[in-house]
Amino acid sequence: MSNAVSVLGGAGFSGIIRVVDAGVTGMITLRGDLACPKIAGAVKATVGVNLPQARNITQNGHNGAGWMSSDELLLTCPYEEACTKVEKLEEALKGEYFLVADVSDARARFTLTGAAVREVLAKGSPADLSPGAWPVGELRRTRLGQVAVAFWLRDDITAELVCFRSLGKFVWDWLNVTAGDDVPGYF
Amino acid sequence: MLILRCPYCGICADETELTPGGEAHLTRFGPGSTDEDFEAYLFLRQNPKGVHIERWCHTCGCGKWFHAVRCTATLEIFGTYSAQNLRPPPDIIEAIKIRRPDWGGFHK
Ligand SMILES: [Zn+2]
Repeated sequence: MSNAVSVLGGAGFSGIIRVVDAGVTGMITLRGDLACPKIAGAVKATVGVNLPQARNITQNGHNGAGWMSSDELLLTCPYEEACTKVEKLEEALKGEYFLVADVSDARARFTLTGAAVREVLAKGSPADLSPGAWPVGELRRTRLGQVAVAFWLRDDITAELVCFRSLGKFVWDWLNVTAGDDVPGYF
Repeated sequence: MLILRCPYCGICADETELTPGGEAHLTRFGPGSTDEDFEAYLFLRQNPKGVHIERWCHTCGCGKWFHAVRCTATLEIFGTYSAQNLRPPPDIIEAIKIRRPDWGGFHK
């Protein structure tokens, strides 16, 4: 078994917010008809959370289910468990029209902490990140700078951000520059 | 700046989150079609000044393709609807007619 390392090896940076490479994370893409009860059942049995409403993420510790589109979920779990969870999902959904893939090694995850977390993300995303438009628990797929990302708020001052691993260094550099600058005061 | 509401995820996305896909509701002419039909399918577009029905993709969002109707002269948006429609739904037609009574209608 190879030694899995995250894109920046757990590096951290403190500016107007704290930015941390959150380390290796289990991530599973599940595509299928989200209205199909078997999918909800399989997700509950595998990661232990309910299906999220549109654009939301349901979480329980490391485990979670994020709504990526009307037929796609992003399931999160401890890195070591992704492989067996994929097998479990495939078993549970046999006969259904679905697709499941372990994408853990294709992604990077950052944790952003601080009162200015909305301000920092809003410097690079066209999304409306004001408290009324982007509540805690809503997963927003958008762009940051020129690249596609998804982020959500765990609580008022903690955001999780995921992106393609190949773009991880760019996103890290971008967050360092913007978090190293002033709070713009948008909100 | 165009802002279109994606009918799949409900986000009002600005055009930097979107990819344009050109005129909508084209009939695809492939192998076996006449040269004239194939050329028209590939190259010939209405390109109107006014009401235009288009395809857009929510690239930096949910990733879905959808339809949007807008005025190419004023950038007014008349509505968006899902890609599963072969023609603009009645409420979209109505919304266009209210704002552009002289619009020639959807022809296919
Ligand atoms: Zn969308």
